[in-house]
Amino acid sequence: MDDLSSLIAGFQVALSWHNIGFMAVGVILGIIVGVLPGLGGPNGVAILLPLTFGMDPTSAIILLSSIYWGALFGGAITSILFNIPGEAWSVATTFDGYPMAVQGKAAEALTAAFTASFIGALSGVVLITFVAPLVAQFALKFGPAEFFAVFLLTFCSFIGMGRENRAKIIASLCIGFLLAAVGLDSISGDLRMTFGSTELMRGFDFLIVVIGLFGVSEILLTVEEGLVFKGKQAKIDLKVVLRTWAGLPRYWATLVRSAIVGMWMGVTPGGAIAASFMGYGLAKRFSKRGKNFGKGEIEGVLAPETAAHAAGTSALLPMLALGIPGSATAAVLLGGLLVWGLQPGPMLFVEQKEFVWGLIASMYLGNLAGLIIVLATVPLFAAIMRIPFSFVAPVILIVCAIGAYTISNSIFDIWLMLIFGVVGYVFKKLDYPLAPMILALVLGDRAEDAFRQALLGSGGSLGVFWANGLVTTLVVLALLLLCWGPASDAIAALRGRGRSEAEPAEAAR
Amino acid sequence: MSSPSETETPERGISRRPVEIATALLLIGLAGIVLYDSHGRGAGWDGGPQNGFFPARVGWIFLAASLFILWQSFRRPDGVFVTYEQLRQVVRVLGPLVLFVALIQPLGIYVASAVFIVAFMGVVGTSRWWSIGLTALLVPVVCFWVFELQFRVPLPKGPLEAMLGY
Repeated sequence: MDDLSSLIAGFQVALSWHNIGFMAVGVILGIIVGVLPGLGGPNGVAILLPLTFGMDPTSAIILLSSIYWGALFGGAITSILFNIPGEAWSVATTFDGYPMAVQGKAAEALTAAFTASFIGALSGVVLITFVAPLVAQFALKFGPAEFFAVFLLTFCSFIGMGRENRAKIIASLCIGFLLAAVGLDSISGDLRMTFGSTELMRGFDFLIVVIGLFGVSEILLTVEEGLVFKGKQAKIDLKVVLRTWAGLPRYWATLVRSAIVGMWMGVTPGGAIAASFMGYGLAKRFSKRGKNFGKGEIEGVLAPETAAHAAGTSALLPMLALGIPGSATAAVLLGGLLVWGLQPGPMLFVEQKEFVWGLIASMYLGNLAGLIIVLATVPLFAAIMRIPFSFVAPVILIVCAIGAYTISNSIFDIWLMLIFGVVGYVFKKLDYPLAPMILALVLGDRAEDAFRQALLGSGGSLGVFWANGLVTTLVVLALLLLCWGPASDAIAALRGRGRSEAEPAEAAR
Repeated sequence: MSSPSETETPERGISRRPVEIATALLLIGLAGIVLYDSHGRGAGWDGGPQNGFFPARVGWIFLAASLFILWQSFRRPDGVFVTYEQLRQVVRVLGPLVLFVALIQPLGIYVASAVFIVAFMGVVGTSRWWSIGLTALLVPVVCFWVFELQFRVPLPKGPLEAMLGY
């Protein structure tokens, strides 16, 4: 197996002391970022990205992806101990995790959550190891039209599978595309939508937007609810860990089911949130103790965590193999790759073999390191949440400002961050999803290039998008996904309540 | 911390519909600007797609989505967007934050951070003065050590740093 030997070579890259150190630092930073309100995975990666510009790309991506793993683990801590979901996909974890903590079984819940995350992430990494090279090889045959079709598939699945109001998802995507278009046009070299402003010539850097939308706005939302957190105590000792682990094999069916759901949903973008709810729902339906769900059932912690992390990890598959990220954090990582001069996509597997396999190997090791570190340090991180928010908030905001400034040494960018913070606050309150905006902002230029090149090749005829079997399949798939949401809403509305209550379907649209 | 949100009774606040409508109108305006700019530069075909080609098409979709959101906002049941109590909390963070960003240019980021911490913690008003002072001193110093000395990332500096020879 060619891939397996590449993977072993990758382990040799990732296993240097240097990189293991970065892994540990990344995981710890990631947990902090995941635990603190106002700093999530995408935002933490965005702030640290400029600091890694001087580093060797492999080490830098190991550091940053470890932050991602850490943030995934950290989200579970707040969900279980504080009933505050750190990320949208840990919402389902609070259903049974917090009741368990209330019953004094916080340690079991945490151990279960971390172990489930690890299993989920591991299945995602295995998927990446074996499937990503195949996808990349397949994608080598892609022309601009095929690439645009894949972009279309990504955006359509966001609209079709999203849980928010669909018009708002579309609006959010469009804003992302339009922000990406501001500044220098890469094909014609003309300035677009700058309206004579020199500051706008550089365009909108997605990192600034991420820090504003995910960082500043999150702080504003947090202070709304007052400035105190009330949480449960937790201390994990080895005995509890071993006892919980001994009980896990009983739930193998749930774990396998959730992992498969997660992997499937993760490759489809925007799936981690849906995956966690689906994992929970399926476990509830199939479990013998389904009635106890919501009252502190350990299976109710295992199912969503496994699914969410399988999805969160699988989201890196399309990012590596096609250059299309499956989640907001993956989008930020992708932006990082571009900054380091690495073009994600099929060619990466050919030209940067060492980098890709080093990264994949680091995913195995990073998750293992994460599991160990997080089990050992829960009390520490639970204590962070007890630091008064009036100390933490200004520090987070200062770090956000520094992060925004260092991207291109511009104070204007700090103002932009502030503006996007307010925009993010209003958008979140009005249920506009933010992840599609980031995704479109990162991919906008590339999607546009693919679109224009495809049209150039065909002389302006849209027929290029159904010129051969491959591209037709992709476009049809995209349209199917686009219609999936409204269609399933309509079916549910018709079947469930008849015509009398059209309002819920209306709201879901 | 001075006002934990324990009252669950419906509070007075800004209602959701006007904000929803204002946002939708803003988005429609943005779409208008985009379409004006794109079509102004040429959104057609001139030996290839012109540079306004793609943004204009996105702009039209955007306009349609925004109009739909506007229409929706009239049909949905109204709710509370933000209560006045919540708004007060947000302003207490946002005010010092704006001050902070405004001070970065003249004073440098370190002094501005110190001012920001004093302003923020003072406004929130739950900490003792010495803990405020200590935080305001330590956080910028630690930031300076990390960014300026360890990572060698130059951050905006002002007269104080110049006086100290940096």
